[in-house]
Amino acid sequence: MADVAWIESVLSGAVQAGTVYLLASLGEVYAERSGILNLGLEGMMIIGVAVSFIFTNALGHGAALLVTMLVGGLVALILAFMAVSLRLNQIVVGLALTLFGLGLSGFITSAEIRKGILLSLNPNLSEATLVTQQAPKLPNIAIPVLSEIPLIGEPLFNQNILVYVSYILAIVMWFVLFRTRFGLSLRSVGENPAMADAMGVNVYLMRYIATVIGGMLGALAGAYLFIGYQPFWQEGMTQGRGFISLALVILATWSPLRAILGAYLFGGVEVLQFRLQLLGVGAQTPQFLLMLPYLVTIVTLTLLSFEGVKKRIGVPAALATPYSRE
Amino acid sequence: MRGGDSREILVEMRGITKRFPNVLANDRVDFTLLRGEVHALLGENGAGKTTLMNILYGLYRLDEGEIWIKGRRVNIRSPRDAIRNGIGMVHQQFRLIPTHTVAENVILGLKEAGFYLNYSDINERLREIISFYGWNISPSARVWQLSAGEKQQVELLKALYRKADILILDEPTSVLTPQETTQLFATLRKMAGEGLGIILISHKLDEVMQVSDRVTVMRRGRVVATKPTRETNPNELANLMVGRPLITSFERLNKPSEKPILRVENLRVLDDKGLPAVRGVSFTIRRGEILGIAGVTGNGQQELAETIAGIRKAVSGKIILDDMDVTNKGSMFMIRQGVAYIPAESSKCVAYQMSVAENLVMKSFRYEPFSKSIVIDWNSIKQHAERLIDAFSIVTPSPNTRAGNLSGGNIQRLILARELTGLPGSSAPKLIIATYPTRGLDVAATEFVRRTLIQNRDQGAAILLVSEDLEEIMMLSDRIAVMYRGEIVGVLEQREFDVEVIGMMMTGAKRGEAA
Repeated sequence: MADVAWIESVLSGAVQAGTVYLLASLGEVYAERSGILNLGLEGMMIIGVAVSFIFTNALGHGAALLVTMLVGGLVALILAFMAVSLRLNQIVVGLALTLFGLGLSGFITSAEIRKGILLSLNPNLSEATLVTQQAPKLPNIAIPVLSEIPLIGEPLFNQNILVYVSYILAIVMWFVLFRTRFGLSLRSVGENPAMADAMGVNVYLMRYIATVIGGMLGALAGAYLFIGYQPFWQEGMTQGRGFISLALVILATWSPLRAILGAYLFGGVEVLQFRLQLLGVGAQTPQFLLMLPYLVTIVTLTLLSFEGVKKRIGVPAALATPYSRE
Repeated sequence: MRGGDSREILVEMRGITKRFPNVLANDRVDFTLLRGEVHALLGENGAGKTTLMNILYGLYRLDEGEIWIKGRRVNIRSPRDAIRNGIGMVHQQFRLIPTHTVAENVILGLKEAGFYLNYSDINERLREIISFYGWNISPSARVWQLSAGEKQQVELLKALYRKADILILDEPTSVLTPQETTQLFATLRKMAGEGLGIILISHKLDEVMQVSDRVTVMRRGRVVATKPTRETNPNELANLMVGRPLITSFERLNKPSEKPILRVENLRVLDDKGLPAVRGVSFTIRRGEILGIAGVTGNGQQELAETIAGIRKAVSGKIILDDMDVTNKGSMFMIRQGVAYIPAESSKCVAYQMSVAENLVMKSFRYEPFSKSIVIDWNSIKQHAERLIDAFSIVTPSPNTRAGNLSGGNIQRLILARELTGLPGSSAPKLIIATYPTRGLDVAATEFVRRTLIQNRDQGAAILLVSEDLEEIMMLSDRIAVMYRGEIVGVLEQREFDVEVIGMMMTGAKRGEAA
């Protein structure tokens, strides 16, 4: 059963499913590195799905991606305002935003409202477009030469544009975080905001920026989930992927590069359990597979409870702690 | 470069006045710093020296006065302004991020570094500075891996990398071993030789005498004198600082008796993380004797003291008080046996939300006359409090004031008053365990605490004194045991006391090797 084509298609599926997690957790790595825990990630993702659904049908892919990120950034701004400026409990605010996002996405995609938005954006839409639950999927772009590599060429280099964007983002975001002054300031703010402040770093601004980046990428992950992966609208279709991304940030120990591996592990497991079901493997195996990523996350968390490990890896010490200048 | 007044004036502060609510922290203070000098700023806690330097570093705004730097009048509103004017400050608590590298800590917040941080260039420059001063830290080491002395070097690096030529150090030796202190002073002299001006905030007379070129003494927000160090002496400085002569040595009235009060035998104790903290410690203390425990903080002294006080369990070994085995009997039992415990952190034994009177009876409220059957007699508690407030000169508006409103020195007096009084009807304490009893106190309060301990010794108490202040421990103790990694590396008799030897032993050297 395990011929090359099958393996290739599973790997390809792993990358496709994993890109949702990768985009979302890249943003969350920045937010958490700055000390902000964004439990509203699930909400931002589902808003991203809804907005990209509507805007793709009205104005096309490009506009949809732009608007999605803008909206995600705006929702994150709410979180930043509450958590940074008002110093409210980040867990409460985050969960509230998730519930808000689920509600808002359901509201704007309900038949009448959606029709209204679509017509106001583009009065020339056909009747079919006004009622459809789908949208055109982003096309795959095969990269010459690279996509010819056996086994991994097809999975890694014959994907849509957002998958490529996620590769570049992971590398660029790692570089910025660890090799630039901006990144150093951002990490310092999440480690010891009082000290960073004393050294002339604008703590509030850094946290706002990181949170907004997190929100934009969270919404982009939602957009990818829809137009890049499963372009058929269902309410609540993120199915906890935002929360899985939060777990992934821990598994990746707050590193954009390690997030790639974690994302494809999570994505791979998701795809594999589905494929195994199709093959008629006993129902326990897929269930066991689904459990695996969380098991790994729990083991990671346990390891992180050791002081020595914590220091080496650099768990943001001021995570979820509001900062106020005395 | 000592002496000589033709050198450039780096800093001139004129008529600096700073008011806090109810306090005049700086009252028309004048201060100058010359290029190439180490200038000590001496004074008790609360004399206003740190306030003055915080103004220079931009942490506080001045109310009146002028600051001139290298001949230019400046307006310093923030540490950023101070840094731009070439001022660097090393605070008492290090401002470093432990999980970051040395280089990252140095570069943080430095605009000039550019967007991309070229660590090979940065590390190269850092290595130059490090080797120039003969230090031994690596730019890529993580700060949590460094010792206290090395962390301080990172703080100095921060200032040097920013090309500071005015350096303020706030009580820099309080966290250092004697050897690290010697190294720091050598560094400071070298920096002065390089043309930096160095301001050393301190309340330790011997340090000031040892390293400074000039000394400015502050008392109650005012400058009382500025003198070249070689034209003054510790006695004069102490008088200027406190406003009266200090008792610096204590006469012994009677010899300690031969009768042992406390015998500790092969004691083993774990710390909070379950790791061995005290590893097979044995000693005795006789009636009327003070045994000092010297050592760098964190070598098991705290756990040892807590175990004898009955608030931490021993794993094995024996604690014998007056021929009775009291191992692991608990704190209540020890209190009834006449054991007094003065803990390192007053927060651990004072209820800040409760009144002074309540805090004073916290050990004895179960007994007559404070309790009659199940009812508490507030009148007698209040009288008791008034008596102790008087006897121990605790400055408090009333016995009903919340303990948290008292100053550090007065909280320490409160603890002494409670611990040294004993239970109603019983005599003075048999054994006093005092851990870091003068940490953070000013000179006058320190003197009071020391005198009180000496009085109790003369009345026959056995005293276990844990301290990291070698001067203090040598002044008060009859014998000194040095602890290192949970073991006693050696015990010195009074005639053998020597800072160098004790300092070596604090880093683990056995007695023979150290001497």
